[in-house]
Amino acid sequence: MSKIESNVEFVRKEDAPVLPPPINQVGLIGWLWRNGISSMINFSTITGSIQSVLMILLTVVVLYLGLNGIWTLVDFAFIQAIWSDADELKRLACATTLQGGSLPEEWFGACWPFIAAKSKLLIYGVYDIDEIWRVNLTYLILLVGIGWVVIEKMPYRFHVGIFLLVIYPIVAFVLLTGGNLEIANSTLIIMILVSLLISVFCFLIYRGFLGEGFLAAYTVFNAIRYLSIYITMVTIIFTSDFGLVTVETDKWGGLLVTLVVAITGIVASLPLGILLALGRRSSMPVIRLLCVLFIEFWRGVPLITVLFMASFMLPLFLPEGTDFNKLLRALIGVTLFSAAYMAEVIRGGLQAIPKGQFEAASGLGLSYYQTSRLIILPQALVLVIPGIVNTFIGLFKDTTLVLIISLFDLLGMIQSSFADPNWSTPVQSLTGYLAVATIFWVILFSMSRYSMFMEKKLRYEH
Amino acid sequence: MEKEMIRTDASPKGKNGDHVIEIVSMNKWFGSFHVLRDINLSVREGERIVVCGPSGSGKSTLIRCINRLEQHQDGIIRVDGIELTEDLKKIDRIRSEVGMVFQHFNLFPHLTILENCTLAQIWVRKTPKKEAEALAMQFLEKVKIPEQASKYPGQLSGGQQQRVAIARSLCMQPKIMLFDEPTSALDPEMIKEVLDTMIELAQEGMTMIVVSHEMGFARQVADRVIFMDDGQIVEQNEPESFFNDPKSDRTKLFLSQILGH
Ligand SMILES: Nc1ncnc2c1ncn2[C@@H]1O[C@H](COP(=O)(O)OP(=O)(O)O)[C@@H](O)[C@H]1O
Ligand SMILES: [Mg+2]
Repeated sequence: MSKIESNVEFVRKEDAPVLPPPINQVGLIGWLWRNGISSMINFSTITGSIQSVLMILLTVVVLYLGLNGIWTLVDFAFIQAIWSDADELKRLACATTLQGGSLPEEWFGACWPFIAAKSKLLIYGVYDIDEIWRVNLTYLILLVGIGWVVIEKMPYRFHVGIFLLVIYPIVAFVLLTGGNLEIANSTLIIMILVSLLISVFCFLIYRGFLGEGFLAAYTVFNAIRYLSIYITMVTIIFTSDFGLVTVETDKWGGLLVTLVVAITGIVASLPLGILLALGRRSSMPVIRLLCVLFIEFWRGVPLITVLFMASFMLPLFLPEGTDFNKLLRALIGVTLFSAAYMAEVIRGGLQAIPKGQFEAASGLGLSYYQTSRLIILPQALVLVIPGIVNTFIGLFKDTTLVLIISLFDLLGMIQSSFADPNWSTPVQSLTGYLAVATIFWVILFSMSRYSMFMEKKLRYEH
Repeated sequence: MEKEMIRTDASPKGKNGDHVIEIVSMNKWFGSFHVLRDINLSVREGERIVVCGPSGSGKSTLIRCINRLEQHQDGIIRVDGIELTEDLKKIDRIRSEVGMVFQHFNLFPHLTILENCTLAQIWVRKTPKKEAEALAMQFLEKVKIPEQASKYPGQLSGGQQQRVAIARSLCMQPKIMLFDEPTSALDPEMIKEVLDTMIELAQEGMTMIVVSHEMGFARQVADRVIFMDDGQIVEQNEPESFFNDPKSDRTKLFLSQILGH
């Protein structure tokens, strides 16, 4: 050990030894120490002792309540639960002796055969039995696609992602509805003409015939051209006959409705939110004002109101006899609603990007659109992944609200199945809600974990 | 010696044609604040100018006006014969001819060093990726960090980042380079490597305007030193006379403050 001899002059003669950390810093003991023990065993002072005693009491209470809750759940869902109904007794399989069944008086457990009996309803609604393969195929493509994109080792992940975003929605639409959409030929011709006109317009701009003002905004017009061509082509596909029986959306239900509403909302609200967020920061006052109005309008009304309006008010404004699909109305409502929230989340990310990034980019001659796409958005979106996923999760849960415009999602389906007298027992609703809650929890928890993983990965890559 | 040669090389070309930057009676306001007042400045091709002055005197604003990161409201700025106006196309041309290096580097943190250098070539110049990468490597070698090409900016030291920023600008093959306090965010031991890079650039005949308080650098490479205070150009001279024999009281005060006690 080297000792400082004088107050002024000091020269170290030998290196100080490198020592292992104290025992309470590493391993299991370290973990326990850092996570609580350290705050419980300080009895050297009076305040310290009081604090320690309080911490011990608090820990005991919390552990007791937590374990008790977990035990109640495990007991209900697994230990006491009835798992099969081999004799087709239906409600009697889950009834105590007093209720006409054969279970002991104090029995209280889940009635899983009820869920099994309703599983078709929960997954497909009342979708035509013979056509259920179409729903299964849609589910399957989605599962494989998402799995493919999520697993890092897979080749062509980017292409599969593009497929999921651009082509899959069309495939899903045709499979689920059967295509064969009825649209007046005149409408179709108008759409084709409009796309053609926009294309010609773009060509003129590109050649510089319309002056430099337009040339500067060529990227925008080109994007509009691609969008209009895409929409027209999609419409043509939707109206084509694929030999599939039409299944009305009234017959859809359960998980199918939940997923259709949630996924459409998620896929559509992200790009819309990005555009709105950029628009809100635009230097053009008109665009900025429009975006602010849009965002603040949708943020200012509860989703329930939006759905009510879409369902009951909108028809009043449309010409009589127009049949505007109820599911479609809900989809538009949910999408616009989430887009407004998404826009605010993304705007937060945009604000966190230092001004220097814009300056460096424009100093290099990159245009506004190139700067946004190549420099600003990639950074901003990574920053707000937690917020984006949070909005997704909120949206997913909010899909249950479509119940009030009598669309039957998972929750709606299970609730309507409570009316079935064949299965009416005191545990019927508890079992049903538990099942639905579990499905929601599994989906949302995976989303949350995946986002945490992505966030970490993208942070480290930089 | 070499310095002298380049200077004589660059100046005698002509009287009007070789002014790459001309600023005439330029004024700029931020709201009601008159930040640049009656600026007149001409820069010849190959000339190296160092701008100094107290903080807030408008140095950054002046050089940012030259590549139109800021707009002036009055007077004329002409860069390479093109007058800076609202015209978007002209601004794009100016920006691709004027490179800028910032105090805080402003590298793109989500892109590798190589991608930082190729991005603008690919999207603005429409250079094929292979060619862009070759050129980028050439300039990364010039600033002596080719081995860092696949790293991200966050993994580099400040001095290395600033050299990458210089390489990134050079990749656009600009005629003029603007530097806004390129060394003032750096730790002392890294200042030299950046200044060395800049000196090398100056020796190759690049037209440079450098906002800096590195007096050694100014003495070594500058053709002219400009002193700004309160939004105006207060004094301008060759480095030797500027430092040894300042004329205005404000310059004297400023020099006494930065050169120490
Ligand atoms: N975007 C801006 N808006 C308003 N005032 C600004 C802006 N940028 C700079 N200023 C002001 O202009 C003056 C000159 O700034 P600047 O050119 O950055 O000075 P310097 O680079 O010489 O330190 C300062 O008083 C500063 O506060
Ligand atoms: Mg400055």
